[in-house]
Amino acid sequence: MWFKKKVKAKPEEKLKLPDGLWVKCETCGEILYRKELEKNLWICPKCNFHFRINHHNYISLLLDDTKLKEKDKDLEPLDPLDFPEYKKKQKTAQEKTGMKEGAVYGLASIGEIPVVFAAMDFAFMGGSMGSVIGEKIARAIRTAREKKLPLIILSASGGARMQEGILSLMQMAKTSAELALLAQEKIPYISILTHPTTAGVMASYASLGDIIITEPGALLGFTGARVAQQTIGAKFPPGLQRSENLLAHGMIDLVVSRKELRSTLIRILSILWKHGKAPTK
Amino acid sequence: MNGIWLDFERPIGELEKKIEELKGLKGVDEEITRLESQAKRLKKKIYSNLSRWQRVQLARHPRRPYPLDIIPLITEDFIELHGDRRFGDDWAVVSGIAKFDKFNVAIVAQQKGRDTKEKIKRNFGMPHPEGYRKALRIMKMAAKFAMPIINMVDTPGAYPGVEAEERGQAEAIATNLFECAVLPVPIVVLIVGEGGSGGALAIAVGDRILMLENSIYSVISPEGCASILWRNSSKNKEAAEALKITASDLIKLDIIDEIVPEPTGGAHLDPEQTAKNIKDALIKHLDELTKIPIDKLIPLRISKFQNMGVYKE
Repeated sequence: MWFKKKVKAKPEEKLKLPDGLWVKCETCGEILYRKELEKNLWICPKCNFHFRINHHNYISLLLDDTKLKEKDKDLEPLDPLDFPEYKKKQKTAQEKTGMKEGAVYGLASIGEIPVVFAAMDFAFMGGSMGSVIGEKIARAIRTAREKKLPLIILSASGGARMQEGILSLMQMAKTSAELALLAQEKIPYISILTHPTTAGVMASYASLGDIIITEPGALLGFTGARVAQQTIGAKFPPGLQRSENLLAHGMIDLVVSRKELRSTLIRILSILWKHGKAPTK
Repeated sequence: MNGIWLDFERPIGELEKKIEELKGLKGVDEEITRLESQAKRLKKKIYSNLSRWQRVQLARHPRRPYPLDIIPLITEDFIELHGDRRFGDDWAVVSGIAKFDKFNVAIVAQQKGRDTKEKIKRNFGMPHPEGYRKALRIMKMAAKFAMPIINMVDTPGAYPGVEAEERGQAEAIATNLFECAVLPVPIVVLIVGEGGSGGALAIAVGDRILMLENSIYSVISPEGCASILWRNSSKNKEAAEALKITASDLIKLDIIDEIVPEPTGGAHLDPEQTAKNIKDALIKHLDELTKIPIDKLIPLRISKFQNMGVYKE
């Protein structure tokens, strides 16, 4: 069974998760034994809070043989606006994550169904979308269209990257245009939203899935609560932007535990996508 | 003149006031002529070296012409059409059909409101999801009847409120981006005043993107950027510089196609001339676009956006 597979974390990833023997759940405050939490896929056993995990973890969790044949790994950000501190921030993020930019994409299979898979990583500058992420997501979509493979994008993002100004905003239009072409070919796109997915990413490809799946308790929305408070004095009630409330308002299809994410993807793809499926042995 | 002077315009205001005072008196003609040429030189000096923040101030000028001031000056028989057929009618978005030169067009615009009452009614130009859905409904109707679309952008941003979140602000914007990418009619976009982030982009995917000379278009407001970057929203001048949000910045970045000139000192000083410049530019682009077959137009539109972005391969 897939969940008995060892979910191996590479050494550099472990650093990003809370250190120490014990971890406090940021939602219910429960003190949890780190090893137990890891075994439970970083889900709080008491309140079901899904701790943030990185893109390596999701690759291990979701893809056959825990493998992604990554493409365009070397796309690197530049500093087109000569924005204060931007180069330094890129460097810090690169050292912290071991990534050139905050998204990966490539070919993979899920339950023996070949797919194009892309994942963002919140650890890289808050998953903010600049030119490189926009381009990688656009290429993922194009690859799915050209190879006629279902597309899965896992999002985690605070929105467009301020430091690339208008160029970041245009990545929303670029990725959405690619999705319009994909839709014309009638190729399914499943969008997975993880905690948090907001602003420019939520207002483009993340919201455009044929099917939209989220993890429980994920923060999802257009405007951050702090910005709403500052600009119009609006106070967001607790839970307004959580997965469960978006489900209640008809904005997403499914709230799925991390433990069932892979099996859910397989079930959906085997129904939606017949002709691309590898022959069963 | 306009009676409202921005901080950087104050020296001009003082000179003009002095000239007005002298005009009633006798034997001061020479002095008036001298002051007038001084005022002219001063205007040239100030307005030809506007900083980015000064452009922001002009883009937000309380007397700046709004789409509903411009539309009657450039079209005949504009019929405003209302509602998204799903939830309501958003007054921050104005949409309709009109005769424009030799074209029958659909127009979608954002409208801020002039006095306090109208500002509230129009929610300061910040649309809710139903505004974006109304816009899309009208644009799809335009496509059905093969009418070109003119979109006019003037918004601080999409409304960041509770109801907007619940009714799917993000989905409404995303869907417009998705649909407009392949809409089978020419779309010309004009940034009139403020192009505020995703809330602007939702009606700004098109074949040509034009900006009025003193308009701005940005991923985040200078105030928002300053409060994130320096934890200090009063550093808006520095943020405006860093974000590069003026028409001349955006043409250098290959984001927009043309800058539509404004009268010296800003569009509000001569709305008729501004409207004429807008009309000329729109006709020029519509003439070009309507000659391109639709099966070529859409790939051109898509590749325009595909090419946006700067990175190292």
